Amino acid sequence: MALSRLSSSSASRCVDLLINPLAAAAAAIPRRLISSDTTPITVETSVPFSVHNCDGPSRSVETTPKELVSFFKDMATMRRMEIAADSLYKAKLIRGFCHLYDGQEAVAVGMEAAITKKDCIITAYRDHCTFLGRGGTLLECFSELMGRKAGCSKGKGGSMHFYKKDSGFYGGHGIVGAQIPLGCGLAFAQKYSKDENVTFALYGDGAANQGQLFEALNIACLWDLPAILVCENNHYGMGTAEWRAAKSPAYYKRGDYAPGLKVDGMDALAVKQACKFAKEHALKNGPIILEMDTYRYHGHSMSDPGSTYRTRDEISGVRQERDPIERIRKLVLSLDLATEKELKDMEKEIRKEVDDAIAKAKESPMPDPSELFTNVYAKGFGTEVYGADRKEVRSVLP
Amino acid sequence: MAATFQVLGAATGLFFSGSFDPQRLHLPSIRSVSERRTGFLVVRSDGHIVSSWNFPARRTQQFITSSIATKANEAASATTSKPGHELLLFEALREGLEEEMERDPCVCVMGEDVGHYGGSYKVTKGLAEKYGDLRVLDTPIAENSFTGMGIGAAMTGLRPVVEGMNMGFLLLAFNQISNNCGMLHYTSGGQFKIPIVIRGPGGVGRQLGAEHSQRLESYFQSIPGIQMVACSTPYNAKGLMKAAIRSENPVILFEHVLLYNLKERIPDEEYVLSLEEAEMVRPGEHVTILTYSRMRYHVMQAAKTLVNKGYDPEVIDIRSLKPFDLYTIGSSVKKTHRVLIVEECMRTGGIGASLTAAITENFHDHLDAPIMCLSSQDVPTPYAGTLENWTVVQPAQIVTAVEQLCQ
Repeated sequence: MALSRLSSSSASRCVDLLINPLAAAAAAIPRRLISSDTTPITVETSVPFSVHNCDGPSRSVETTPKELVSFFKDMATMRRMEIAADSLYKAKLIRGFCHLYDGQEAVAVGMEAAITKKDCIITAYRDHCTFLGRGGTLLECFSELMGRKAGCSKGKGGSMHFYKKDSGFYGGHGIVGAQIPLGCGLAFAQKYSKDENVTFALYGDGAANQGQLFEALNIACLWDLPAILVCENNHYGMGTAEWRAAKSPAYYKRGDYAPGLKVDGMDALAVKQACKFAKEHALKNGPIILEMDTYRYHGHSMSDPGSTYRTRDEISGVRQERDPIERIRKLVLSLDLATEKELKDMEKEIRKEVDDAIAKAKESPMPDPSELFTNVYAKGFGTEVYGADRKEVRSVLP
Repeated sequence: MAATFQVLGAATGLFFSGSFDPQRLHLPSIRSVSERRTGFLVVRSDGHIVSSWNFPARRTQQFITSSIATKANEAASATTSKPGHELLLFEALREGLEEEMERDPCVCVMGEDVGHYGGSYKVTKGLAEKYGDLRVLDTPIAENSFTGMGIGAAMTGLRPVVEGMNMGFLLLAFNQISNNCGMLHYTSGGQFKIPIVIRGPGGVGRQLGAEHSQRLESYFQSIPGIQMVACSTPYNAKGLMKAAIRSENPVILFEHVLLYNLKERIPDEEYVLSLEEAEMVRPGEHVTILTYSRMRYHVMQAAKTLVNKGYDPEVIDIRSLKPFDLYTIGSSVKKTHRVLIVEECMRTGGIGASLTAAITENFHDHLDAPIMCLSSQDVPTPYAGTLENWTVVQPAQIVTAVEQLCQ
């Protein structure tokens, strides 16, 4: 069969169908290029939920083809962005700290699917993908990483300080654990204004040993706040494995009087189910702790190779067996929502988008020197401020 | 301390160093001073003797009411406004807080024992009954997290007033105050405003021990993005409390444990003071004395002695610890050419140190003598009463310092 001569897309699809007998059955049904159906599909999570003081959600997750494809697209975008940030860091365009989220994308994407933009998310410094999930653009992301004006914090925050107020993303915090009381404060404000929204306060397994977590949890449970504390357990607090840092690594049980749920954090659907359950629980019964069992492929930050405290076999093992994107890819392909080629094309497009965003971000200018003194105070008092040399860079505090 | 100047220099029981009792302080009304309008001679620094029948007449009028600024004076003389009401400083704080809570439903109070107990210094007494548990919140003893929660709530637009039972306890929340409170407006590129007020009593009390006698203004002063104010009279306590709550910036309001029972007559009308302005307590010609909080009263006590000795000190209560009101301070320095700073902070890295630097940098040409700074000793505050008196600046030391400065 001189199939190689055929070049039209429909002809190549025929080739695919011929070569791939499984898809031949579906070939009879005319379908769009990539499914954007909203008919519900039910998928079972691969790992059951572990519960503490509550009845967890069921293992059957309702989803739609559109959602699954969007999961794939969003996670692939996040993955591509983090890999690009890696190269930018090595090219010295990003300086300082850069904490990459690749491997953990399912948590960000699954959470977004379960909530609205009126719910608040607050996280620690590994915030690039969470920001993207909340509606941030790639341009804002890369510009902020490179310290440019077009960044989400006008270049003054950096990798650890991404914020997006209009879609309820409260950052982006450098000090381990300090965001948890802030998150409970957000939940308090939500309760105060009675708007039936919840706050997800994310922290890591390293931060799970901070006293302020337990202080904030105590207050949140006392006052019945709609706060959900989510431990993104990637098993390493920088270089220290969880069993070396925590006497009890069952972080979902650590809340004691607060119910807890342990979720397979590499399965976006399980994350979605758990977050939905948690939102309902928090609005009715108060705080709940979620533990996302996830993994990061990169080291803690760009200065950490990530291999001194764990073996390469472990990393590649997880990548082969539990990678979130591969899982969704397999699911999409098995449910025949898109073909292999279409997914590959999507990835190529994403790569191009990311490259374009980087190019545009590189063109964005550095902030003006006068920006040094803007936004120190809100609404100023007219005090003149001098630069360090007392001669240049004067401005009036805004 | 009494802001009146008994121009005859009659000794009152308040002269004895260190044992002044704020309970017995009452600011007399205008009439008691106008009875004693005898003049005194002022020797200017250039040796010129001025007979002072003219300006004391104006001056006595001014400095009587100086701690109440000019408002009560106008209020007394204006026929349309009421004469005002008397209250203690903690009641003034409560009044300010209550008026703001009434005016804006976003204002809430969080702290230890602020609700049902009524506040350890009774500043929030009665508010929980009136506004309920969601607006006046009793927190567990977890400063780090409830300050963090206040900041988180402020990020969404609420206006929490966080009370530290003693300012020293806020050291546990230093991370939240420094990194989140001060810096979030900047690191988010202006997206979040933090309209929080953090308040509490600090300063050296009556034998409370080292850990409960801390002066945190020196630790907090370098945090970019916050404003700090210190109140010293019921009038400015209420005004600053209201201004702090209305401000879009995070404000730390420093109160003093020993000043809560000061009594003063304040206007009935609503008033809000400016957070960045200093208060002219007593205008003068010879030396500028800059002070704040409790030391204001030690200075005024010393001023009595100084006036009898023929000096004419200008006393300014700086009130705004961050940023400094360099306009008022500068105008004063340009007039008197000598500066004495009297503060309760430690010598090392205190407010006085920063103020000295600021004045030297900006007004160096106007100074006739190096700036003198009297601060507390760099020691943990001892328990023994006599030792405690020696840690803080006493009026006698202020008098000596002025004499030295004016040589």
